[in-house]
Amino acid sequence: MRVASTIARNRFLDSLFTVASLLAMLVGFVTLLALFLGLAVDGWPRLTWRFFTSYPSRFPEEAGILSAWVGTTVVMLVTALTAVPVGVAAAVYLEEYAPRNRLTDLIEINIANLAGVPSIVYGLLALGLLVYQLGLGQSILTAGLTLALLILPIVVTSAREAVRSVPNSIREAAYALGATKWQTVKDHVLPSATGGILTGLIIALSRAIGESAPLITIGALSFIAFLPHPPWQPELPYLSFQWLMDPFTVMPIQMFNWVSRPQEEFHANAAAAGLVLMGMTLAMNGLAIAIRARFRKRIKW
Amino acid sequence: MLSATPPAVKAHVKHLEFYYDTAHVLKNISLAIPEKQVTAVIGPSGCGKTTYLRCFNRMHDLYPGNRYEGEIILHPDNVNIISPTVDPIEVRMRISMVFQKPNPFPQTIFENVAYGLRIRGWTGRPALDEKVEQALRRAALWDEVKDRLHHPGLTLSGGQQQRLCIARALATEPEILLFDEPTSALDPSATSRIEELMLDLKNQVTIIVVTHNMQQAARVSDFTAFLYLGELVEFNKTDKMFTAPSNRLTEDYITGRFG
Amino acid sequence: MIESILLLAALTSVAITVGIAGMLVYESLPFFRYVSLVEFLTDSQWTPLFSEAHYGILPLVSGTLVTTGVALLVALPIGTITAIYLSECASLVVRETVKPLLELLTAVPTVVYGYFALLFVTPLLQRIWIDLPGFNMLSAGLVIGVMIVPYVSSLSEDAMTAVPMEMREASYAMGATRMQTALRVVVPSALSGIAAAYAPGMSRAIGETMVVAIAAGMQPTLTWNPLEPAETITAYIVQVSLGDLPHGSVGYQSIFAAGLVLLLMTLVFNLAGHLLRKGYWRTY
Repeated sequence: MRVASTIARNRFLDSLFTVASLLAMLVGFVTLLALFLGLAVDGWPRLTWRFFTSYPSRFPEEAGILSAWVGTTVVMLVTALTAVPVGVAAAVYLEEYAPRNRLTDLIEINIANLAGVPSIVYGLLALGLLVYQLGLGQSILTAGLTLALLILPIVVTSAREAVRSVPNSIREAAYALGATKWQTVKDHVLPSATGGILTGLIIALSRAIGESAPLITIGALSFIAFLPHPPWQPELPYLSFQWLMDPFTVMPIQMFNWVSRPQEEFHANAAAAGLVLMGMTLAMNGLAIAIRARFRKRIKW
Repeated sequence: MLSATPPAVKAHVKHLEFYYDTAHVLKNISLAIPEKQVTAVIGPSGCGKTTYLRCFNRMHDLYPGNRYEGEIILHPDNVNIISPTVDPIEVRMRISMVFQKPNPFPQTIFENVAYGLRIRGWTGRPALDEKVEQALRRAALWDEVKDRLHHPGLTLSGGQQQRLCIARALATEPEILLFDEPTSALDPSATSRIEELMLDLKNQVTIIVVTHNMQQAARVSDFTAFLYLGELVEFNKTDKMFTAPSNRLTEDYITGRFG
Repeated sequence: MIESILLLAALTSVAITVGIAGMLVYESLPFFRYVSLVEFLTDSQWTPLFSEAHYGILPLVSGTLVTTGVALLVALPIGTITAIYLSECASLVVRETVKPLLELLTAVPTVVYGYFALLFVTPLLQRIWIDLPGFNMLSAGLVIGVMIVPYVSSLSEDAMTAVPMEMREASYAMGATRMQTALRVVVPSALSGIAAAYAPGMSRAIGETMVVAIAAGMQPTLTWNPLEPAETITAYIVQVSLGDLPHGSVGYQSIFAAGLVLLLMTLVFNLAGHLLRKGYWRTY
């Protein structure tokens, strides 16, 4: 019967498609696996305590990531401290205050657009503006600000979503008691949205950790054999900001430097640095997921 | 229920019109809200009762496209509370609302009740403690929560949450308390507790309650307004409206010919 | 007033866009006074740092386009098929496992992908093409392709899930299999949405820097053969930044000119995606 053979043929094509799809999904999975294994095989032997506490060196066995991971931590601090206030403020404005007009549309279009701009272009902006025009030089401050600019669209978007997910009934309850808009936002909307905002921030920072192109552009060095100044000093006012103007390097740049060397021994260093970098990224993603779960349990609408 | 003198008027609604964008939702409503009585607002779905209620505390100002015309004069100072020159926040400081679905803040029971006081500048802990207890007592919730004031409000049952919202609204000693279908999300026993509460409270505060449940209106209110398609069809003492309505439409609604 | 402060924060996004466009143009202007636009667009050599300097952007553009092309040849089919399968055929269990894995692909830092391309993919490919040079566009392109699969697949999947269930039910009711329904009903309905989903992946590939800087080489050559090394616009900017270039020199300005071209290319793709997306929503 023609119907039976048609059905059979259709089912066959169906399973063919399933096979093709599974192969497609396998590509990603295999790549991840190969990536991890490749890094692990080459880099694991290098992961010693010494690796974490040594500066880069001409000798691959002695070269370490001390300046790189300290640099990453410090730069991330500047990035977070800059991106959070600006990003959350912008998100609150857009969700709670902004009227539906051309200006609001303009702002929203810009945010959507900026997310699609290549990261290296941010480096160019920072080079011209921060390094030269504002004279901030090739410093930790510049690096932190550059990355903050880069992740700002992500922070704003995820903060907006967090604010939006606060039920309107809470707002109405606050307004009905005579609260002003700012009181409502400050006392009720923001506290409820904190979980989502934090999650979005951590994910944004986990992207920023892996960014090297814009930082190379502003002049990160990769042979730094010293650490930035500490943030304290023995005299008043005991806090020092000298470290902000110090030269810097970060983990991905150190890895890039090592992988670009012709000597194979440095490639092992690169692999080890890659493992550490991936560890940092995965840890942050895991943290974000944990925070999201915890906040979701606490506030059950 | 006889009263020797007619009750004083707390608010005069004069030719109230309400537009949502171009839709003319409330048409020429005029009536007098009696002081320290319960006024029910009834009518079929979509007749504008909740819209009407939300005019009293300027909730419509929160959303774009809304427009009021006419006046709602609040006594004794004769202020038109829907005038654009009057700050909605001032209005909300004098008129509180309890919503259809209980919406306590995701905070402790204490903080929920204290919030209205805090934004009015109350800070001293002993004073707050006293006012919170007072409000919870008035809302008939004190005995059930006095030992767990610092537990989250959301751990209470639905009926308790609604009483918490009532306490929250009462803490600031409003002149009018608005109820927007307060029991439609609650089970029958919780419902009857809230109805009892309304009867207790009316001697202390003017109450306007929107309800789609006519029997509830008959049980708790002294006066009833019947709204249909945005217009006030009839406004009368409750017992009179339910036994001898003046308007044919009212009678049809009450007897269930439409709804 | 609180609102003004918040508005200022929101306006930084506009300021950044203006800053980017302004900075690129500002620093490119002196460059274009020095190099004619004709030479820029037609010269087949890009050697700004040599004593006998040539300023033709074509080699960099060809490098960018070829690597992007390879990447898209990988990402578009894989991403689309994955999206179709996940949205139309997969069980919840499969979806819940595959989607996080795909997200993991986006979490990997690009330097790591670069490492992978140079030290893993290239040697692998060299077993097939024996005289494949150590730096080539193919490895870089393949890795970039895998890297952007999640972009393509998740956005395409969104486009397909937006197709109403009623359409699928009509097809199933006629005895069609899942694949037939997917390919004949869902995909055509979601077509402009899927095309719109390609745009972000494309501009991501165009803007990719580290993978090409590490694996494709830093020699600008005007070639359309992926088996050869070449330099992309992005890799060039990195190359110059790694060296010492005096502020204000032609070499310094050349990276802004290159960046300007890059930005224009990505804007074109973003715009295309935006227009397609708008057209997409209108059919519903």
